[in-house]
Amino acid sequence: MTGAQEQKIRQTLDDPKLQLAIYSATGRLMSHRKAVVAPEVLPDYQELRTQANLVKRHAIENLDYYLEQFESQVVARGGKVIWARDAAEVAAFLLDLARQKGARLVVKSKSMTTEEVDLNERLEREGVAPVETDLGEYIVQIAHERPYHLVAPALHKTRFDVADLFSRELGIPRETEIEKQTKIARSVLRQKFLAADIGVSGANFLVADSGAVVIVTNEGNGRMTTTLPQVHVAIAGIEKVIPRAQDLAVFLKLLGRSATGQPLTVYTSFLAGARRAGEIDGPQEFYVVLLDNGRTRLLADREKRQSLYCIRCGACLNHCPVYRKVGGHSYPGVYGGPIGSILTPQYSGVLHDPWLPFASSLCGACADVCPVKIEIPKLLLALRSEVNQAQAAAGANRLERFGFRAWAWAMRHPRIYEMMGFMGSALFGDREKWIRRVPRLFQYGPLAGWLSQRDLPPLPDRSFRQLWRARRKAAKN
Amino acid sequence: MPRASIFVTCIVDQLFPKVGLAMLEVLERIGWQVDFPEKQTCCGQPAFNTGFRDEARTVARHFLDVFRDAEYIVVPSGSCTTMIAHHYAELFADEPEWLALSHRLEPRIWEFSKFLLEVARVEDVGARFERVVTFHDSCHGLRGLGIKDGPRRLLSHVRGLSLREMDAAEECCGFGGTFSVKFPEISGGMARTKIDSIMRSGADLVVGVDASCLLQIQGALSRAGLAIGTMHLAEVLAHR
Amino acid sequence: MPREDILHRTRTALGRAVGDPPAPAPPPRLNIPDMDLEQRIASLFANIEKLAGKTCRAASPAEACAYIAALIGDHSSAASNAPFLRECGITDLPSVRANFASVEELRAFCAEAEFGITSADYALADTGSLVLFSSQEEARMISLLPPVHIAVVPRERILTGLDELLTGTPLPAERSSSMLFITGPSRTADIEQILVRGVHGPGEIHVIVV
Repeated sequence: MTGAQEQKIRQTLDDPKLQLAIYSATGRLMSHRKAVVAPEVLPDYQELRTQANLVKRHAIENLDYYLEQFESQVVARGGKVIWARDAAEVAAFLLDLARQKGARLVVKSKSMTTEEVDLNERLEREGVAPVETDLGEYIVQIAHERPYHLVAPALHKTRFDVADLFSRELGIPRETEIEKQTKIARSVLRQKFLAADIGVSGANFLVADSGAVVIVTNEGNGRMTTTLPQVHVAIAGIEKVIPRAQDLAVFLKLLGRSATGQPLTVYTSFLAGARRAGEIDGPQEFYVVLLDNGRTRLLADREKRQSLYCIRCGACLNHCPVYRKVGGHSYPGVYGGPIGSILTPQYSGVLHDPWLPFASSLCGACADVCPVKIEIPKLLLALRSEVNQAQAAAGANRLERFGFRAWAWAMRHPRIYEMMGFMGSALFGDREKWIRRVPRLFQYGPLAGWLSQRDLPPLPDRSFRQLWRARRKAAKN
Repeated sequence: MPRASIFVTCIVDQLFPKVGLAMLEVLERIGWQVDFPEKQTCCGQPAFNTGFRDEARTVARHFLDVFRDAEYIVVPSGSCTTMIAHHYAELFADEPEWLALSHRLEPRIWEFSKFLLEVARVEDVGARFERVVTFHDSCHGLRGLGIKDGPRRLLSHVRGLSLREMDAAEECCGFGGTFSVKFPEISGGMARTKIDSIMRSGADLVVGVDASCLLQIQGALSRAGLAIGTMHLAEVLAHR
Repeated sequence: MPREDILHRTRTALGRAVGDPPAPAPPPRLNIPDMDLEQRIASLFANIEKLAGKTCRAASPAEACAYIAALIGDHSSAASNAPFLRECGITDLPSVRANFASVEELRAFCAEAEFGITSADYALADTGSLVLFSSQEEARMISLLPPVHIAVVPRERILTGLDELLTGTPLPAERSSSMLFITGPSRTADIEQILVRGVHGPGEIHVIVV
C-alpha cells in the first residue's frame, strides 16, 4: 500500500463522525433493500437473480453480436453510435461535438463511467463547462472530490459540510437545513438545464433489440438532461448491453430494490433515438458512446469475465463490513467496495495495487446480495493467487512466499507441526495471563499486527492431540 | 456403535483443545465412537486464502491422505469445512486422482452442529448450562453451509440457557484468516463493531461454531476490558 | 479504427468469429399476475400513496375535471394534447393552456407554470407508476418542469405491472423515442440519507383514475 493510501484508511478509521456517517447510511440502504426483497414482498427474488445472471452471461458471451445489433437499431432510429477505445477518445468526441455546436454549457446526469474517463477534467481543460446535476455528484464536484459510493456520491458529507461548501463555492449565506440546501441546488441547476446546449448522461442499460438507453433516476435531473438540451449524448461501457427490452422486466425489478430499496426509482427513461416526426419535444440529436477502456481485456478471462455483469447497484458496498469501515475514498480507482476490488486489479494490473484483493475477510455478504450473482469472493481468491504469481515472477514478496512454503512443509509432517506448536507455547511461559504485548523477538510480524488490536488468550499446557493420547493411555490402564 | 473421525483443526488443537475435548464428549454421549487420526494437521485454508495455491495443495493432499478412509469427518469449524467441501475440487481440478478423492470425501465432511442434526439426528444432547448467551453467525458456516437455525435449535434444548440475539449476528467479526494480520486496523475496527452489538444484546457469553471467530471476538473483548466471554457450541453442549 | 478494433478485440476475447450467430438466448421471464380491475386500481393507489403521491377515483370525466379545477384554482397550468383531457373538459378550464404554437412557447410556459396536466398511456399497479410515451399528444416537459404534475388516466389503461406492459409492448422503441415511467414525486436522499421531495422533477403528483 502507498503511504497516502494507508493514511487515508487510518484517517477514516479514526474519524468517529465519518464512521457514523458511513455506517448509518449503508445500514439504512441495507434495511431498505431487505424490506423489498423479503419473501413476503418479492417471492421470486432468487429466481429473478438467477434469470438476471443467465441473461447477463448470454449477453456478455455474445457481446459482439449484441453490440452490432444495438448499433444498427440506434442508426435505424436516426441516432449515432460512437466507439471509444479509451478516455481520450470519449473526450475528443465530446469536445469536437461541443465545438461543432458552439456549445458552452454541458449538463450531466450521474454516470460512474464518465468518472472513469475523467470526462469533467478533460472538458474543463478545453474550456467546456460540464455541470453535474445529480445532487450528490454536484456536491462532490464543487468539493473537488471523487464520488464516495456508487449510488450515494456524497454519503460522507454531513449537512454542515454541505453548508460550508455551498456558502464558499456559491457565495451565499450558510444554510444547514437539508430541505433548503436541496432547494438551493434545485434553483441553481434549473437555470443550467434550461440553458444547456448538450446533455450528457450515462446509461444503466443498453437495449440491443431497440437501440435504446435506459436511465434510472430519482431527482428528475436525468430527465432534464435528456429532454431539454438539443443534443443528448449517452456514454456507457460496452458491458451494459442487454439483449431485449423484455429483459428489463427482470433487471428493473432488481436494480432499484438492490440499490436503495425502491421497487422502481422515480424516473425510468427508455430513450431510443432523437425526437421523431410528430413528437413535440426532446433532443434533436442522439449519440451513444460505447466505451471499451479495458473491458475487452477483462472479457478474455473466462473465470473473471462475470465481473462485467455488474449493474452498478451498490448493494455489495452497503453490505461489505470492510467498505463500512474504510469508506469509498480508501479504494484506488473509480470503483470501490467489493466490485471495485475485483475490477480495479483487472483494469490496472494486479501489481498496481497488490494489496487490494487481500483487503477482504471473504465474508461473502456481497455475493449474497449481488442481483446478478457475481461470485465476488471466488474472484478475490483468484486475484490473490494472481498477485502472488506476478510477485514471484517479479522477485517480490519473497519472505511471505518462503514463509508459506516452510509452513506447508511443516504441515505435511505431523511431528514437525507438533514440535512447532510445542515451541510456540514454550515461548509464552505464563499459562494464566492473556497476552497483550509482543515479545521483543516478534516486533515485526503477524503477531505484532494481531496484538496491536486485540489480545491473545493464554496458551494451553497441552494440545488436543496430547490430551487425546493421555486419555487413551488412561483408558488402557 | 457408529464411528466418526474428528478433524479438530489446527487452531483447536493448538489454542483451544478444550473445544476438541467437548466435541469428543458430546459425540460419545450420544452414542458415537470417535476416532482421532493422529497424523492430521491443517486443511490448507491459510495458504489458499492468501493466494498460495501450490502450498495449499501440499497441505490438502496430506489431509486427503490422512482421512481417505474415514466414513464421517466431524469438524468444529464452518470455515475449514467449506475449505475442504467447496474448494478442494477447485484446487485439484487438474489432478484427477486427488480430485476423485476430494469428491469422495466431500459428502463425508460435516461441520459439528450439522453432524449432530443431520447425521446423528439429535437435537437434545442432555446439556445444562445456566447462562445468558448470544450467538455469532460465522460467515463461512452461514453462507457456505447454511448454518443458521441449526445451532439455535441445539441451544434451545440446553436447560437453563437463555439466548439473546444480537442485531449484528450475521456481520463478519473481522478475522478472515491472514486478513486479521495484514489489515489489523480494519480487522480490529470490525471486531469492535461486533462487540458493540454483543454488548447491546445483554448477553455475557458469545457462542459460535468457529474457533477462529471466537479467537478474534475474545481477543477484542479482552482488549476492551469487558467481562464477556466466548465459548464454542461444543463446549456449551458438553456442559451437564 | 475504434469500431473495428473494439469488435475485433471482443470477438477474440470470446473466441467468436465475424458473422457467428449468437448462442440461443435464455427466454425472457415475464410473469403476469392474475388481478381484476378493482384489484389493480387498489394496488395502484396503495403504491402511489406509499410514495406520498395523491390519488383520486373519479366516477366520471366531469368529476375528474372538477377535482382538477378545485386543485389548480387560477394558477397557470399547462396541459398536453391528450384527447382524453379534452374529453374530460380539462382543456376548457380557464387557467389551463393547451395547444402551444411552438416548442419554445411550450417550454417558456412550462418553466413558469405551477401545474402540468397530462394523461398517461398506461399505469403499472404493482409499482404505482405512470407510463408516458412521447408523442404528438404528450410532450415530455409538461410532466417535468412544473412543480406539480396531474395525470388523468382512464381505468382500462391500468396494467398489473412491467411484465404485462412488456408482454403487450415488446418493442417500445417502435412506438416512440421516449418511454417514461413516473413512480411518485421526485426525491433525493443524497444528503445524510434524509428524504427530500421535489428536487428537479415535480415534488407533488396527483393521479386521477376515471
